[in-house]
Amino acid sequence: MTETVAENVLEMRDYGSQLNDPDSRKFETFSYLAEMDAKEIRTQIQALIDKGWDIAVEHVEPERSNTNYWYMWKLPLFGEADIDTIMNELNACRNSNPGHHVKVIGYDSKRQTQGMAMVVFRART
Amino acid sequence: MNAKSNTPGTYQAGVKDYRETYWEPDYEPKATDLLACFKITPQPGLPREEVAAAVAAESSTGTWTTVWTDLLTDLEYYKGRAYRIEDVPGDKESYYAFVAYPIDLFEEGSIVNVLTSLVGNVFGFKALRALRLEDLRFPLHYVMTCGGPPNGIRVERDKLNKYGRPLLGCTIKPKLGLSAKNYGRAVYEVLRGGLDFTKDDENVNSQPFMRWRNRFECVMEAVNQAEAETGERKGHYLNVTAGTVEEMYKRAEFAKELGSRIIMHDFFTAGFTANTSLANWCRDNGMLLHIHRAMHAVVDRNPLHGIHFRVLTKCLRLSGGDHLHSGTVVGKLEGDREATLGWVDLMRESFVPENRTRGIFFDQDFGTMPAVMPVASGGIHVWHMPALVAIFGDDACLQFGGGTLGHPWGNAAGAAANRVAVEACVQARNAGVEVEKHGREVLTRAARHSPELAAAMETWKEIKFEFDTVDKLDVAS
Repeated sequence: MTETVAENVLEMRDYGSQLNDPDSRKFETFSYLAEMDAKEIRTQIQALIDKGWDIAVEHVEPERSNTNYWYMWKLPLFGEADIDTIMNELNACRNSNPGHHVKVIGYDSKRQTQGMAMVVFRART
Repeated sequence: MNAKSNTPGTYQAGVKDYRETYWEPDYEPKATDLLACFKITPQPGLPREEVAAAVAAESSTGTWTTVWTDLLTDLEYYKGRAYRIEDVPGDKESYYAFVAYPIDLFEEGSIVNVLTSLVGNVFGFKALRALRLEDLRFPLHYVMTCGGPPNGIRVERDKLNKYGRPLLGCTIKPKLGLSAKNYGRAVYEVLRGGLDFTKDDENVNSQPFMRWRNRFECVMEAVNQAEAETGERKGHYLNVTAGTVEEMYKRAEFAKELGSRIIMHDFFTAGFTANTSLANWCRDNGMLLHIHRAMHAVVDRNPLHGIHFRVLTKCLRLSGGDHLHSGTVVGKLEGDREATLGWVDLMRESFVPENRTRGIFFDQDFGTMPAVMPVASGGIHVWHMPALVAIFGDDACLQFGGGTLGHPWGNAAGAAANRVAVEACVQARNAGVEVEKHGREVLTRAARHSPELAAAMETWKEIKFEFDTVDKLDVAS
């Protein structure tokens, strides 16, 4: 059984990415992994809070994902350390903007950069 | 004139011991001094202070005999001074000599001048069997006269819109021999598969099998197509290293004309004059600059003789570069972990404190000078990813040449495998997993959703590079 599994693992297959296929479009960090469930999202956001970063939520039409300035959902949640509050905002943003990617940013004001920017809800194609 | 009289201010022709003038154990280094740490391996039978003083003299104002013109200037002010000697842990023959140089000896913003002064002459000195410049402290006053990285890590991330993970690159192989069109195909396949960057090999300049202009055109078509297909920003380090600076500028200008985000340069073979000029051009033209360290190992690998890579690292940061190869620790080329972390700190941090366990001999303050992105490249593949993420953190560029192009299903699959692997390791690390310890489980779990990663793991499961390093940090045995 193990030998068959090993053979199948190496069997050549085509790489299916295409320009006319919206599913070929990616959106940076974690977009090559399976979409995270609620528990995994909470764990990742907690890691950002633990670093002292400010959480922000953004969203955009999938066709415009390769731009610097997505739509801000309200303002960054400066100083917000309560995961449930953040998850509520995330869900509210998604529900208000069906068909958009929704991204979580961790702003690092000390180094003036985004410590993290990850899409947590992927637009359904 | 009495040659035996020691009346100050009079001309005494003849040869004096160096240590009379250049050894000052009570000297307090000034904040404005450049400080050097040399590892001296002397000819046998010579007192330590005398040789240390000779090194200080021969790298500053001295010569082998007194000359009358010495008295026309203020040698007391301008001379280099050996001010401390230390044992080398684990080595009874060699010793460290610390030398201070007044800042006025050096032209502002000229790494060329600093190196010519400090290492230009003294290394051939007969009284030395070997000499190594271990570390060099640049005063912040001097740092401020240098341009530094044209962009730096933060600006690079903003330009690329990539946060929270290491960047991924791939040098196109075979090193030499592909036509421009075939080369562009290789680039397109890697980038569409999920890496951020592809790279010219350091010796791909403009050869009969592929001229630079043709390569630039084919590569940029590939980059643009991959970017449109994936929706993520891509780049290829177009190598502008050339035989003359005129050619170098021509190539940089064409890269800009074609819309490239980034170019590359071999700083050590091209020289600091060319490199600093190119960095200034990049700053003026908003171009990212990747630096390759070709030829460094000629000078930095012997533990007794040459210049330590941490010195070359500092020199490059001051001269200018946004990426610099740092070694991988775990791949096919040399580099011990603590020493590597030492020079990686020198690339990325604003202030690096003295830390002998990392081979850092002086506090080094870079002020607000931007950071250089360390590039780990050389013989690495998916199985190394957990260690690489643990060692280098997010602010690094991990490059897999053979480790992408050697995938059984081709470049795109190889790229996807590496991208999945790095994202899985970052996600696990953020969740509190010790990825170095649990690397196998992390990768195996991710491979369930990625046949490309599964195939890569199967292909490279036996490859290790486990030779002992030649150059290690000096430690007591």
